[in-house]
Amino acid sequence: MSTVSETPAIGLTHGGSEDTGLGQRGPQSKSIVVPYGFWLFVLSDMVLFSALFASYASLVHATDGGPTTAELFDRKLVAVETLALLLSSFVCGLAMITAKRKSMAWMQIWLLATGALGLVFLGIELFEFSKMIGEGAGPQRSAFLSSFFTLVGCHGAHVTAGLLWLGTMMAQIWAKGFRQDIVRRLLCFSVFWHALDIIWVAIFTIVYLIGTLP
Amino acid sequence: MFGRLTWDAIPFHEPIPLITSAVVLLAIASLGIWITKNKWWSYLWNEYVTSTDHKKIGIMYIVMALVMLVRGFADAIMMRAQQSLAIGASQGYLPPEHYNQIFSAHGTIMIFFVAMPFIIGFMNFVVPLQLGVRDVAFPTLNNVSFWLNASGALLINLSLFIGEFARTGWLGFPPLSEKAFSPGVGVDYYLVALQISGVGTVLTGVNFVTTILKIRAPGMSYLRMPVFCWTALASNLLIIAAFPVLTVVLAELMLDRYLGFHFFTNDGGGNSMLYMNLIWVWGHPEVYILVLPAFGIYSEVASTFSGKPLFGYRSMVFATLAICLISFMVWLHHFFTMGAGGDINAVFGIASMIIGIPTGVKIYNWLFTMYGGRVRFTVPVHYLIGFMLTFVIGGLTGVLLAIPPVDFVVHNSLFLVAHFHQVIIGGVVFALMAGYTYWFPKAFGFTLDERIGKWIFWCWFIGFHLAFMPLYVLGFWGATRRMQHIPDPTWAPWLHVAFVGAAIIGIGIALTVVQLLYSIKTRDQRRDVTGDPWDGRTLEWLTLSPPPHYNFAVLPDVHGEEAYWVRKQTAIKQDQLIEEPDYQPIEMPLNTPTGVIVAFFAAVCGFALIWYIWWLAILGLIGAFGIFVWYAWRDEHEHIIPVEEVRANARERRRIRMEHLHNLSQST
Repeated sequence: MSTVSETPAIGLTHGGSEDTGLGQRGPQSKSIVVPYGFWLFVLSDMVLFSALFASYASLVHATDGGPTTAELFDRKLVAVETLALLLSSFVCGLAMITAKRKSMAWMQIWLLATGALGLVFLGIELFEFSKMIGEGAGPQRSAFLSSFFTLVGCHGAHVTAGLLWLGTMMAQIWAKGFRQDIVRRLLCFSVFWHALDIIWVAIFTIVYLIGTLP
Repeated sequence: MFGRLTWDAIPFHEPIPLITSAVVLLAIASLGIWITKNKWWSYLWNEYVTSTDHKKIGIMYIVMALVMLVRGFADAIMMRAQQSLAIGASQGYLPPEHYNQIFSAHGTIMIFFVAMPFIIGFMNFVVPLQLGVRDVAFPTLNNVSFWLNASGALLINLSLFIGEFARTGWLGFPPLSEKAFSPGVGVDYYLVALQISGVGTVLTGVNFVTTILKIRAPGMSYLRMPVFCWTALASNLLIIAAFPVLTVVLAELMLDRYLGFHFFTNDGGGNSMLYMNLIWVWGHPEVYILVLPAFGIYSEVASTFSGKPLFGYRSMVFATLAICLISFMVWLHHFFTMGAGGDINAVFGIASMIIGIPTGVKIYNWLFTMYGGRVRFTVPVHYLIGFMLTFVIGGLTGVLLAIPPVDFVVHNSLFLVAHFHQVIIGGVVFALMAGYTYWFPKAFGFTLDERIGKWIFWCWFIGFHLAFMPLYVLGFWGATRRMQHIPDPTWAPWLHVAFVGAAIIGIGIALTVVQLLYSIKTRDQRRDVTGDPWDGRTLEWLTLSPPPHYNFAVLPDVHGEEAYWVRKQTAIKQDQLIEEPDYQPIEMPLNTPTGVIVAFFAAVCGFALIWYIWWLAILGLIGAFGIFVWYAWRDEHEHIIPVEEVRANARERRRIRMEHLHNLSQST
């Protein structure tokens, strides 16, 4: 995003006379500050997930005589699920490119596809959850299952929140066009959406792959 | 319809909470009437509640912290009274289930709703001014953070009138805090209140790290930032890295309690050691989240009132960041006795002692800053010296506790209680009082009464030592913490001394109110007309007291460390100010009710969760989401302050500064 035509962030811009050579030319523009702050938020979210991973890792064998990872997880189903989410991220990237070109129709289509793939992911996850609960392997069964449902469910909750955000963003851009602050917001959304992918890759590896090792 | 909320939740048969409730409600009602009578509601709404001004938000944080300090102290004096009465045959006046709520509430309130908002309040007020800018990175988010914190505080206070509070201690260890052993609403109040305020705190962390790293005046390179900004940066980095873990561990306990999960239960494979680890992975950095900015305050005070640059500025920065890092590697020392084994205990014991090294560096830096300086013995300097005396002893008892064999002897005893109160009161609270005195004139345009301020200091200093030194002795004798009844009558004299100490601290807190009222009444005698009442060295003293909404008409150019000092000395030498700059209109963020409305819905949702009123909880969530969308939809984010207004204000300020500098250059 270009910073040239940026309106001053909360009255902060000011041409300083002294440049110390370390980039201290005064406050950065909003197009730097906003995504930077959002990245920090995403980092805090990563810390949140790392605590959930730690819980899972320390409880994964605490099955209390109930089903274990190998008995519960279906690699093929998860592979489809993973594909849906990764594709969704790719399509989200396409939407960002079209947003840069300010082509409203294509961007809305790609965003719609992003959301649809996200819904597919969520649908499969809910199917998996309901199947497990139906088999008596709900989160109340054992500490392992508690931590599994919490870790994966927390990711799912993030995806759900992302879908809500996505819907709001689509409506907003439709109504207000490519305004600078809205495009910035869209950039933050894509950061969020990609971050959820990174977390999912970790879940896929640590929970499903390792859990179904022979 | 109302879940488990019935009339039984109101403590009609318990006189202490009932009378307290009545008094508090009466106080709130009369405050409301007073505000209505003076027609101050719209002023409060426009100037404070909906304000996105970092200074106003900072003031609101500190007001909240002071109010909660009174609440937390009431708990403290009740505990000390109980322990000095319930000795031998006497059972005192507090039954065990009430006593347990009081010590849990005391810890929770003092850490989360006194120390945290006080520190965050200072960061809000001071950091943008010291960086020479006009606001934080995300002003609206800042307002949201405050109100989320406030709704957490509201819920904690509500537990006094409706239902009960946790009886599990300030960290709610399972399995005691599990549904099976704590079926009431107490733990739920604790969990929900901390979750809501925790979200606010994480957002604050994000906001301030962004501000400090991305929004500074031109020329303000990292190694020119005042030490308070460095400590604020370290503290907020810790918030980002530690608070999400608290969110997770409390959420897991909530899942256990609400949905029958098995994270920490005794059955189903649950593991309560997981809770211990996670809560302390947050809990230990939390100590440094509080104490690092406190160190920053001492640094400002030491250098200003010694009339010297801070000794060893770079080593101070390095020590701050070293503490920031090491504080994540010591959490296990909070449970040496819980079976981690000798090797692990040794590693964490050594790491804990290593933290003493950068802290020691800081102590020497403050000492050398004062050495050879022209020290003015103002109230903040009293706190600085009192801190150095007290904190060193507290640090040494900490090093003792970091030795696992010693910890096995004195863990969970009053020795521990004395240790952490010594570092938190001697370290954090003294800094808060010093900062309160130091920055008060910047916020309100007049200084606090110096004489009463010194009385307050002596109350805290003497009161603290009387209240907590006996606890070291008792701890050595084997007195465990959290005892509702004292079986050994030979402990009585020490407990009585401790009560007297707490009472003296109480006088200090009362005098703080007196000081405030007296200072307001006599403010005309102590006006700070220059904006620089202490002959300061950092940029907050460059602007007027109180500063205009936009802080600086033109962002200052920073040349070298001690941005303001250099500028002031140059101006004194040349007997003139820098050339009048070209003023521009200033864009500032609009006020917004978003924060207070979101927090309202969060509080409603939290209250509904506590009492199992599910429909209301869902309504609260929908409301909170709705307000976000509404906020995102608005088109106007900023308003323009016209250049005429900026220029007029700036010219007036220049006139005042010129006079001031003239006086200064004549006196030197």
